[in-house]
Amino acid sequence: MSGFPELTSGHRPVGVVSFAQYDNVRREDAHNEVEMLMPVVAEVFGSIGITKDDVGFICSGSTDYLVGGPFSFVTALDAVGVWPPRAESHVEMDGAWALYEAWVLLQEGEIDAALVYCFGRSSPGDLSEIMALQLDPYYMAPLWPDPTSLAALQAQALIDSGRASESDFAAIASRARRSALANPKAQLAYDRSPEELLGEDYEVAPLRRHALPPLTDGCAAVVLAAGDRAYELCERPAFITGIDHRIETHAIGARDLTRSPSTQLAGEKAGVATKKVDQAELHAPYAHQEMILVDALNLSDDVALSPSGGALAANPMMSAGLIRIGESARAIWSGQADRAVAHATSGPCLQQNLVCVLEGV
Amino acid sequence: MAEGTNYSADHVLEYPYVRSVGPVVGAFLTGLRDGKIVGIRGTGGKVVVPPTEYDPDTGEETSGMVDVGPEGTVTSWSWVPHPRPKHPLTTPFAWVLVRFDGADTSFLHVMPASGPDEVHTGMRVRPEFAPEADRVGHVNDIRHFVPVDAAS
Repeated sequence: MSGFPELTSGHRPVGVVSFAQYDNVRREDAHNEVEMLMPVVAEVFGSIGITKDDVGFICSGSTDYLVGGPFSFVTALDAVGVWPPRAESHVEMDGAWALYEAWVLLQEGEIDAALVYCFGRSSPGDLSEIMALQLDPYYMAPLWPDPTSLAALQAQALIDSGRASESDFAAIASRARRSALANPKAQLAYDRSPEELLGEDYEVAPLRRHALPPLTDGCAAVVLAAGDRAYELCERPAFITGIDHRIETHAIGARDLTRSPSTQLAGEKAGVATKKVDQAELHAPYAHQEMILVDALNLSDDVALSPSGGALAANPMMSAGLIRIGESARAIWSGQADRAVAHATSGPCLQQNLVCVLEGV
Repeated sequence: MAEGTNYSADHVLEYPYVRSVGPVVGAFLTGLRDGKIVGIRGTGGKVVVPPTEYDPDTGEETSGMVDVGPEGTVTSWSWVPHPRPKHPLTTPFAWVLVRFDGADTSFLHVMPASGPDEVHTGMRVRPEFAPEADRVGHVNDIRHFVPVDAAS
């Protein structure tokens, strides 16, 4: 036992003690969602020597729109095996929000450990059309704006504001994919200069291909444990000292797309600025969004940004946010970081944002 | 399963309900059918277009429809070189966020553009409506936007 860090959110120290993710791939044809989850759940338990009997709660994040069938999360429970019956919940959101729900339950003190998992395959459908269905059904969805088209509106607004250029986007993409070379789970990694990347064609101007995330099939899982139980399962738990999530209006034309006030507020509530930050794993699917998030969280130049390569290296729907928390926890377990910020996003142009601060003792 | 054999089955997702769009969204869509743009007053008198039943920033109830536009100013844009099957236009176009004259928020729609140099922030644009007989009270009653100085 090495004690617990000071908490900004909650009163009970809860730590990330295990993390596993699928090999992020463009197209997983051979296995369905349950079959993808099974080895990931086995790993997240097996690596710390526990079973499903050791967790008091299971919470998952996914969306039926990707699967194309209702209640797909119920089927996914087969990856864990829920007989005899388990206390279980689901959010139609990224796994980072499932983790938030599990964290809230752990605060109440009745359980000491929880499993969080999430899954999503981009390959079975046309993601550009599926994602349009999350928009306002009267004003936006009938026009079928795809996520890249909307992100490009945001990127252009950022350029118009004088705070960014296409070269900045290329520099971010170049750095992220180079970082990803050291990440065995990365789907897209390369060593190419920003100058070379700027030679690519526009996917949707002002975004060229490098500024877009890859299409990814994947899944991930995390085990949370509270108090002394965290130390029983992990030598140096990554304690959640602050966690908060906020949302902005769905009316995209009513937002200042160059800012992320929801991230800023979540960051303040999670206590990001109370101590030095060593690294930040930012869920910025589009390169320019990293700049908006760095501004909103007021991160200084010495913070290592998305050492895993971030969502530009692999962007599994419903999992890319939880993976940011998992990667941050790994950095704390290894001693690479003492304090890390993980961020997850949802909705068009960074509409909804979760900020989680993790610390090791 | 024999190697190389893929089995498939049609799977149709349906939404077999009819919903009323309500007094605020309905007023906007009815306005489009009549060839005009309406907004609603939100917190502090700001004019929200397209109108919502609550202020997008404060969540307070909005009230009082106002006519705006039809001309407006582009507040941001993106340019699509290869339109997707469901996009409103089949040839290269720009997504435009348009702040109608008299409005305080922006409205998303499309504008034909053969290259990114044909659209810019600050550009003056106006909606090109579908012929009256074809308008049904839908966001696509606006075919697309055009530069203000373009011939009809």
